[in-house]
Amino acid sequence: MSGDIASKIFSPLLRFVKEVGNIGLMFLESMYWGFRRPFKINYIFKQMEFIGVNSISVVVITGIFTGMVLALQSYHGFRKFGAEGLVGTTVALSMTRELGPVLTSLMVTGRAGSAMAAELGTMRVTEQIDALIVMALNPIKYLVAPRVFASFLMLPILTVISDFVGILGGYLIAVKLLGVNEGAFINKMVKYVEIEDIYNGLIKAAFFGIILSVISCYKGFYTKGGAEGVGRATTEAVVVSSVTILIFDYVLTSLMF
Amino acid sequence: MEDKAIRIIDIHKSFGTQKVLDGINLEIEKGKITVIIGQSGGGKSVLMKHLIGLLKPDEGEIWIDGAEITQLNEKELNNVRKKFGMLFQEAALFDSMNVFDNVAFPLREHTKLSEKEIESIVEERLRQVGLRGVTEKMPSELSGGMRKRVGLARALVLDPDIILFDEPTSALDPVIALTIEELIKETQKYMKKTYVVISHDILGMFRIADKVAMLYDGRIVEYGTPYEIKRSNNEATKEFLRATKIPGLSGGDV
Repeated sequence: MSGDIASKIFSPLLRFVKEVGNIGLMFLESMYWGFRRPFKINYIFKQMEFIGVNSISVVVITGIFTGMVLALQSYHGFRKFGAEGLVGTTVALSMTRELGPVLTSLMVTGRAGSAMAAELGTMRVTEQIDALIVMALNPIKYLVAPRVFASFLMLPILTVISDFVGILGGYLIAVKLLGVNEGAFINKMVKYVEIEDIYNGLIKAAFFGIILSVISCYKGFYTKGGAEGVGRATTEAVVVSSVTILIFDYVLTSLMF
Repeated sequence: MEDKAIRIIDIHKSFGTQKVLDGINLEIEKGKITVIIGQSGGGKSVLMKHLIGLLKPDEGEIWIDGAEITQLNEKELNNVRKKFGMLFQEAALFDSMNVFDNVAFPLREHTKLSEKEIESIVEERLRQVGLRGVTEKMPSELSGGMRKRVGLARALVLDPDIILFDEPTSALDPVIALTIEELIKETQKYMKKTYVVISHDILGMFRIADKVAMLYDGRIVEYGTPYEIKRSNNEATKEFLRATKIPGLSGGDV
């Protein structure tokens, strides 16, 4: 009886620990296979196109509107004590340190992470992954490693775009619409935003790229149970990746800044 | 020269508390078509996955071409897998590639042949399975029967010694199923490779089998030529054969 209660309490915990361990193993395996010859460069490029290039429009729209709303909100706050000139600094710091990397990663999770889980999940249930193994080819090398590498490389690049259009959006709203002094906007921004703010944001983005791709690939790779299983894997991939990104965002930020 | 392509010795496999394979013994002859027949969910696919190292047995040995494979590591297993080709139940073509790239894929990954040589091999294989002018098509544009043909071409492309077929005629209409059976028979006659087929389609398989093994309750209960199986007195075999007869129709008799 006491064993029953103990197992009820501990089995979800055990499942969680096991899942985290398996995700970690998948990451290590993808590193191991990704760095072994023959390199699958064309696979990585194909994924870079899918994860990176095809996400640009979504990242630009998200970034520019976030920058715009940041300018609008902070303008109304700063105006109360006559510090409108700091709007540029606020927008730039928020975008580079926080919102650029986080929003970009969340958008890419929704767009590309879900697609990774669905694609690998479908390959699992239609035995395409088994077919690779039977051909004496390692599926982690062909399917997972290119996606992890591509995400690791593309997320910082997308974040740079997001940072840039975010600040541009902030500039348009603050200077052109709300009449903040252009010199103050740019000067204060250049003065207070350090290069580390940008770097650290990009490092975070690279981390998030690994997180979202490993988790999404893991969920897809071990899909069970037909079409329903693929649906479940896709949902879990997006939810687990997003939550993990936000948790790691706090951890990384507290370590870096 | 060993005349057995595969020796399966006392294989046991359970999933949790469910015993799926309970002491399988089977010797599969080289250059013949061996069909393993059993009920759906009766462990046929599990047995086949053992042959190619996708599953490891709880107990027992599997010898392929004189090597015991259950104790091998992934790298050694991959060398064994290169002797195999496999046609999956739903063909398992890569949906991201067209027909040509699907068939060419094992060649590109495992050989150093030039694109020109690859092209001529792929075209020959596709011709052997009766396909022309489909190289640019994507798998989603093909019918079930055509997909199986492409799958067979891909399984044959590296010229493997042993080809495995997982339910080759399931999910096909009877006419297409017949053409696939004929194709299996024809390619085997031509290439003289070892074919191992698992199926529950007893009627269709009797047309192509050199040897038939009946899998029942986790064991091989009967093993022989189709002629011998038809005259079996084994209860499980008789029951399976009864299910294929249609009263009043001569065609129902096996």
